[in-house]
Amino acid sequence: MKRLLVSLILWLPLVAHAALNVFACEPEWAALAKEIGGDDVKVYAATTALQDPHRIEARPSLIAQMRRANLLVCTGAELEIGWLPVLLQNANNAAVQPGRPGYFEASRVVPLLDKPARLDRAEGDVHAAGNPHIHTDPRNILRVSEALTLRLAEIDPANAAAYRTRSQAFAVRWQAATARWEARAAPLKGLSVATQHKSFPYLLAWLGLREVAVLEPKPGVEPSVGHLARVAVQLQTTPAKMVLRAAYQSPRPADWLAQRAGIPALALPYTVGGNDRAQDLFGLFDDTIDQLLKAAP
Amino acid sequence: MLRPTFLLAALTVALPAYAGNDLDALRAELREMKAAYESRIQALEARLQQTEAHTAAAAALADTVVHQAAEATPAGNRLNPDISLILQGRYSHLDDVEHRAITGFLPAGHGHGASRGFSLDHTELVMSASIDPYFRGYFNLALLDEEIEIEEAWFQTTGLGNGFSLKGGRFLSGLGYQNEQHPHAWDFADNSLMYRALFGEAYGNDGVQLKWVAPTELFMEFGAEAGRGANFPGTDRNKNGAGSHVLFGHVGGDVGASNSWRAGLSYLTTQASERDGELEDLDGVAAETLFSGRSKAWVADFVWKWAPSGNAAEQNFKFATEYFRRTESGTLACDDLDPLDPSRCSGGSTGDYQSTQSGFYAQGVYQFMPRWRTGYRYDRLDPGAVDFGLNSVNLPVTDYAPTRHSLMLDYSPSEFSRLRLQYSKDQSMEGGRENQWFVQVIHSLGAHGAHTF
Repeated sequence: MKRLLVSLILWLPLVAHAALNVFACEPEWAALAKEIGGDDVKVYAATTALQDPHRIEARPSLIAQMRRANLLVCTGAELEIGWLPVLLQNANNAAVQPGRPGYFEASRVVPLLDKPARLDRAEGDVHAAGNPHIHTDPRNILRVSEALTLRLAEIDPANAAAYRTRSQAFAVRWQAATARWEARAAPLKGLSVATQHKSFPYLLAWLGLREVAVLEPKPGVEPSVGHLARVAVQLQTTPAKMVLRAAYQSPRPADWLAQRAGIPALALPYTVGGNDRAQDLFGLFDDTIDQLLKAAP
Repeated sequence: MLRPTFLLAALTVALPAYAGNDLDALRAELREMKAAYESRIQALEARLQQTEAHTAAAAALADTVVHQAAEATPAGNRLNPDISLILQGRYSHLDDVEHRAITGFLPAGHGHGASRGFSLDHTELVMSASIDPYFRGYFNLALLDEEIEIEEAWFQTTGLGNGFSLKGGRFLSGLGYQNEQHPHAWDFADNSLMYRALFGEAYGNDGVQLKWVAPTELFMEFGAEAGRGANFPGTDRNKNGAGSHVLFGHVGGDVGASNSWRAGLSYLTTQASERDGELEDLDGVAAETLFSGRSKAWVADFVWKWAPSGNAAEQNFKFATEYFRRTESGTLACDDLDPLDPSRCSGGSTGDYQSTQSGFYAQGVYQFMPRWRTGYRYDRLDPGAVDFGLNSVNLPVTDYAPTRHSLMLDYSPSEFSRLRLQYSKDQSMEGGRENQWFVQVIHSLGAHGAHTF
């Protein structure tokens, strides 16, 4: 008993100074948590830019990480519905259950696009709340950063001031960068594009691009050759200037259509880590805008 | 768009009538007309774009309003439980076997005779929801003609803290790997021989389960269960206290981004009293057996999954294997099953009973392209050492090792539907070598199910 007490006392200072464990469902929120949390947080990214966030295995390693988490930062809007509930049920971590301060959903603070008019599985993998790929608009990142700062301050009041300072510095840099991106991307306005999956409605809405075709017949349904041929015919009457896909998606459908239509196919990083240049949130948008400008006629 | 084309066509037809200067004049006129139309089209396009922009802005505004309205009511409060219904049907091509049993093993529980031809498997109705901030509830009902079975009905704590959770009610035990999976989640159309010999289908229990997940980077969970123990290999009893106990532990982790694994060891101990069974005596006449005593089983499991860069959407591979060793000791009474067909046990005969039996399965399932998977499973059981005591003069001891090879191909148009073709070479009965074919369909309606590792 005495030895236990001594070891407890010895361990206490360590525990008190231990960084807040953040479990980020997607790389973009991991990057954002690092920007705001700095050295006060230890961030674990549950997925990479090369993995489909809709389809993740509820691996034992993820359960172990969730068990240790103080804060969960996920997209929500049913993006993680196929795997997050399993982790939450098996990790036995009361602090991060839905409804607790340790459970943070980014999509709650962002106006969602593409709310389905008809909720029926015949429409494919539809999300009732709207399209969950919110981080492709930098203005949404800023909205989430503000909410996340408040949440971090609530969970870890001792470091609240540090979170606020970092958040403000980030906001200044981010707003300047956003203005820069908007200015650079001005010539892209009105550009017609085709997308493989509805991964980019927020990016397109932000830059004023027009989505004239989607390669997937229904959300989440792999495009067949027959369907792609129909899209190719459709593109003859409503031409697109390029085909966009996320780095994690199969290159085949986009490349096939691009070749058929004689337009470039772009593998946008989609999230942090999607390619060599997209190593942080700034790099993500730098690379995205560069790629679009380079491919634009 | 039709008018200028029509005009042009008409003019082209009329062209040969003109010559020299007339032709030049006509060309100039045409150019003028074309320019005029182009500018009109441009103006129209500009107007269209303007309208589109307005609509988009209005939609964005409406979205914000809707969003704010949604924010006003606390999110995630769906008071209705998630409901899903699982439909399963099959076509089986089997030999006409009157009484299916695994040679050398006492039959486990109620034997669902496999139907030949078209048949409906269990239809499962599943409901789950948060009960309140402290509990979560789950309910699984299996329906078949004239048969309704509550497969699971339990609560689990969500806020116990320190990595603990308590589950209570009727639930599938956390032992082994496949045990917690319902048949619709199996990778093959039928159960592994190991689970058929051990539990019939899976080990379920009425009781409580305490589980602890360690706060380590390596996944570690440990669980203990105490329950009624009414199901095979135990029997129902009229007693206070617990009739069965389970201990299990699992560890797991990743190897790089592409590989993940989980391994476990479990132990089950339960008590049986006059557990009903059926064996053929030394003369091949069916005799009824009643086992009373203790049944203990060890189960080791290992699962390994691979997906390139951890992205299972395109290609992935899964390997799973489990091994068991069961020891039963007590007494075995045997008697005639059919009084008109007297066996060697006629009049009843009770002897000591000791058995140590084991077995395993190993399976690999490979998704070689989106929607398509193929898999192979090998089953093998070892009858081990069986001692019938005084009944050795009545009942046979065999050293036949039941085996089975299964090959399957399945196609999943979406996460909610699956069509499967399976071939098995079944040698689970001594002297029999059966070619089995299955076509199976599984559909899931309603709430989006999340699958465990």
